[in-house]
Amino acid sequence: MAAACAVAVRAEEPGVAARHGVEAKLEYCKTCHGLSGQGYRGYFPMPRLAGQQPQYFENQLRAFIERRRSNPIMANVAHVLSPAMISALAAHFKALDPKPFGSAPHGSSELGKRIYEDGIPEANVPACSACHGADGKGQNEIPRLAGQLYDYTVGQLEGWSKVRGQGSAVDTSAIMAPTSHNLTKSQVEAVAAYVARLQ
Amino acid sequence: MKRIGLTILVLAFAGWTAPSSAWEDGPAQVRNCTWCHGMAGQGYTVAPRLAGQRPDYLESQIKSFREHTRDNPFSKQYMWSAVAAVGPLEARDLAVYFASIAPKPASDGDRQLAARGRTIYLEGIPEANVASCYACHGPNAEGVRDIPRLGGLAFPYLKMRLEQWSQGYHSGTGTPMPTVARSLGPAEIDALASYLSFVR
Ligand code: HEC
Ligand code: HEC
Ligand code: HEC
Ligand code: HEC
Repeated sequence: MAAACAVAVRAEEPGVAARHGVEAKLEYCKTCHGLSGQGYRGYFPMPRLAGQQPQYFENQLRAFIERRRSNPIMANVAHVLSPAMISALAAHFKALDPKPFGSAPHGSSELGKRIYEDGIPEANVPACSACHGADGKGQNEIPRLAGQLYDYTVGQLEGWSKVRGQGSAVDTSAIMAPTSHNLTKSQVEAVAAYVARLQ
Repeated sequence: MKRIGLTILVLAFAGWTAPSSAWEDGPAQVRNCTWCHGMAGQGYTVAPRLAGQRPDYLESQIKSFREHTRDNPFSKQYMWSAVAAVGPLEARDLAVYFASIAPKPASDGDRQLAARGRTIYLEGIPEANVASCYACHGPNAEGVRDIPRLGGLAFPYLKMRLEQWSQGYHSGTGTPMPTVARSLGPAEIDALASYLSFVR
């Protein structure tokens, strides 16, 4: 206990994220996000962080801290992280490349693939690939979706405006808001199953 | 240790003289379990409550005992032999049976520590890298799939389990609990076990 506190305190010194401080913190993140960052299904789905774009990763931690993205678990986790620690963690997770968690229901992801690659023009849904990339790896502030837990993706797309972009400040979450509204439940499920299987 | 052996024997007799309807409903094997786990599976001395536990979790632990993966001294002494002859189908039946009985909370922790325990349960201790239990075990410690219900388990059992992971004992392969428990000190364990013992 005392040792754990000492480590945490040292890691919060301005400008430095001591190596062992980062390691202890990583182990902690991985209890929930999976040993290789592949994600985990607890009572709530814990998203895959492996291979995630560092800029998106850092944006989300800041959004949790500032309560623009509401989640009681991550708000507590994030508020003690220094900017240096957040950057070190983002770099570590970016470098991990485990296989997808494999939580998607069986069956065809043909519809999901079509939505992902072509969008649904008549419903004002753009092709996801235009922003998230043909391989689903994302770039900069646009997240990787490849290998993401099925339940997690479904939950995010269905609850977008209740969880993201809270408060008065406009942030990057506004970019996804119309798309999430224009997808029906079965379309969300189809596209979530498709990206869950992308390596 | 002698004391425990004796209480289990007494319980076995109690069971004989007062057969419960639970026995008649459940699979034949139930009797071999309730001698230690109490007639309605509510737990007795060192044998934990099974009533109301998640069936997938019960099944995973029966397998874990059979394969000697769960390896603390009580596992070896009591459970390895108790499930040696329990096959996968029987394990499923027993799990479903015990899961269907309404659980009673042990409520045997220290009430003064319960509030602190509840805070750690819900929020963790982020500065000390203690994960929030709620994220996996659920808002009311009810568990889900193979993640166990913790609410209402007995204080000494919870405390023992939380101490054992750091002592190098196992209960499954690749589970998150050894890492979770490593970050807990004795004061946190007492608080968590106290809180959980009261949860219905
Ligand atoms: C107690 C469990 C738990 C711990 C410990 C934990 N997380 Fe999380 N994390 C979650 C949950 C649950 C979510 C999903 C939140 C939601 O549904 O909006 C999440 C979401 C995230 C996200 C957003 C991912 C995305 O794709 O939008 C990031 C980034 C993140 N966590 C980073 C971390 C880091 C870094 C650590 C360690 C310092 C950490 N987490 C520790 C449970 C946890
Ligand atoms: C115009 C660009 C753009 C398009 C098109 C787009 N997205 Fe996004 N998407 C984003 C951005 C930017 C974010 C990050 C939002 C934030 O910062 O909160 C995001 C976030 C997401 C997330 C949250 C990921 C996570 O880890 O929590 C999901 C899921 C998602 N998009 C799915 C889709 C799907 C499915 C489609 C196609 C139907 C799609 N997106 C089309 C830009 C786009
Ligand atoms: C001789 C006494 C005894 C008998 C008989 C017995 N148990 Fe146990 N059981 C225990 C003890 C003691 C523990 C705690 C072991 C440990 O902590 O590893 C335990 C633990 C368990 C657990 C783990 C519960 C948890 O919450 O992790 C399960 C499941 C279980 N027993 C099922 C059974 C079943 C099913 C039977 C009948 C086939 C049975 N037991 C018979 C004494 C017994
Ligand atoms: C990332 C998910 C996760 C988190 C976070 C978590 N647990 Fe667990 N817990 C599990 C799983 C899975 C099991 C079953 C496998 C095992 O026994 O290792 C378990 C088992 C247990 C058990 C054994 C119950 C029994 O019947 O024997 C106890 C006690 C426990 N957890 C307490 C806690 C406490 C207290 C916390 C918070 C400090 C916590 N857990 C946080 C996933 C988690």
